[in-house]
Amino acid sequence: MPAVHPSRRTKLSDFLAAVFGHGTLGLLALEPPGRGSFLLLGLMNSIMIAVGATILGLTIGIAGACGKLYGNPVIKDLCEVYTTLVRAVPELVLILLLYFAGTDLINRVLAVWGYPPADINGVVAGIFVLGVVQGAYSTEVLRGAILAIPQGQIEAARAFGMPLMLMLKRITLPAMLPFAIPGLANLWLIATKDTALLAIVGFNELTQTTRTAAGATKAYFTFFMAAGALYLALTLFSNLILGRVERWARRGLPSVGGAA
Amino acid sequence: MSSESSVLTAAPRTSAWLQPHRIVLILIAAALVLASVFYMRWDWLPGYLPIAIGGIWRTIWLLLASAGLGIMLAIPLGLVQATGPKILSVPAKTFCTIIRGTPLLLQVWLLYYGLGSLFPQFPWIRESFMWPYLRQAWPYGLLALTLSFAGYEGEVMRGAFAGVARGQLEAARAFGMSRWKIFRRIWLPQAVQRALPTLAGETVLQLKATPLVATITVVDVYAVASRVRQETFVVYEPLLLLALVYLCITGIIVFAFRKVEGRIPTRLG
Repeated sequence: MPAVHPSRRTKLSDFLAAVFGHGTLGLLALEPPGRGSFLLLGLMNSIMIAVGATILGLTIGIAGACGKLYGNPVIKDLCEVYTTLVRAVPELVLILLLYFAGTDLINRVLAVWGYPPADINGVVAGIFVLGVVQGAYSTEVLRGAILAIPQGQIEAARAFGMPLMLMLKRITLPAMLPFAIPGLANLWLIATKDTALLAIVGFNELTQTTRTAAGATKAYFTFFMAAGALYLALTLFSNLILGRVERWARRGLPSVGGAA
Repeated sequence: MSSESSVLTAAPRTSAWLQPHRIVLILIAAALVLASVFYMRWDWLPGYLPIAIGGIWRTIWLLLASAGLGIMLAIPLGLVQATGPKILSVPAKTFCTIIRGTPLLLQVWLLYYGLGSLFPQFPWIRESFMWPYLRQAWPYGLLALTLSFAGYEGEVMRGAFAGVARGQLEAARAFGMSRWKIFRRIWLPQAVQRALPTLAGETVLQLKATPLVATITVVDVYAVASRVRQETFVVYEPLLLLALVYLCITGIIVFAFRKVEGRIPTRLG
């Protein structure tokens, strides 16, 4: 069997060395010369913000969906304006607008009450900004899911004389869950990836820590690949969990594909 | 239900839309716009108008080029996932998973900083005719946007291809059409028709992804707004105007896709 041509082999190893740099994989170690711990810390921050933003977004989404479906005409129109505006303007612009406007507003309110300007916590600001963005999308997802509930169930609840809040708790929210879970799962995945945008305002989440580490060591490929692997692992793990949640929410319902 | 009764009693559509509360809301919105025109600072606008228009043009150009190239990649990606042999479908699925599983900002930075630091190490790349382009930032931005669009749309096209009724393809085969002709005349048009509403939404998402290339020094409309903010210390006005520009482009995209969808003959029932 002919061996691999020696010059070709060196070319390949040269290429790999150029891509990853000599021994740069050691830079991913968790101990101080390596910067792996920074990346994991950034990942923790990213997950924290994504969880907070999803919870805030769901809260806004439930309120917005109810406002769009059951509110009076003014509330309906205001909800429509909110979802249209937020979904048409890039997240990056919204993050800048809400971040600066939000901190500015809080500091002005503090100044009126005679307090010194506060230093806004990056995590809280990130959760607020991404939560407002997520809220617009989850409003649409939840509205569609509520509309997908068979009309008879809601009419039956009304016929029993349930007040709106009780009906929401007992009938509407549980019944819409199987229709909403796929859309909400998608939103969770978007939230985890949108945390990367907070790097633009200098917040220390995974992408920002990766850029810092890569810039300091010049091992760009190694660090960006490692961060990509972390994001991908988070996505795949989420998919696993969300698949189970969806199966649980759909229990007792006919399967999606049907017999065909 | 109240919605049904309102449909039954609805007057012509325009008068139903222009209800009293809407007039009040429109007046409030107009007052807000007028207040922002008169009370905010706009004196920087004339000086920056030429580069702002250049930025808008570059944003639109990036959007069109990446969406066009991306959809051309997405069609084979979707097709092999829907019908191809494993040796093609597994790599296609892996590509879509990786693109959809990592943030676009990370992909942009990986390509720009990673490839950008890698290429100068090879003399034959520096001597090639491509080098003047590879030294600039926009090819990396365009590549990242294209790959991202291809990854998301590959998934959409897979669903669209799989959703075309089997009877249609069997009928085409019964007519003796060749495989290529079936694809060109039957399968692709019906898949695109199914995917069009999704593609409209995805194109808007792609527009909203374009400002990420500003982080690698491509001067799109977002980068122009950032420059105005840095040079004039005006905080909100450029951002508000920027949001308005994106709103307008979004409106144009939605309108254009509605026109295209309206042209496709549909049969009810």
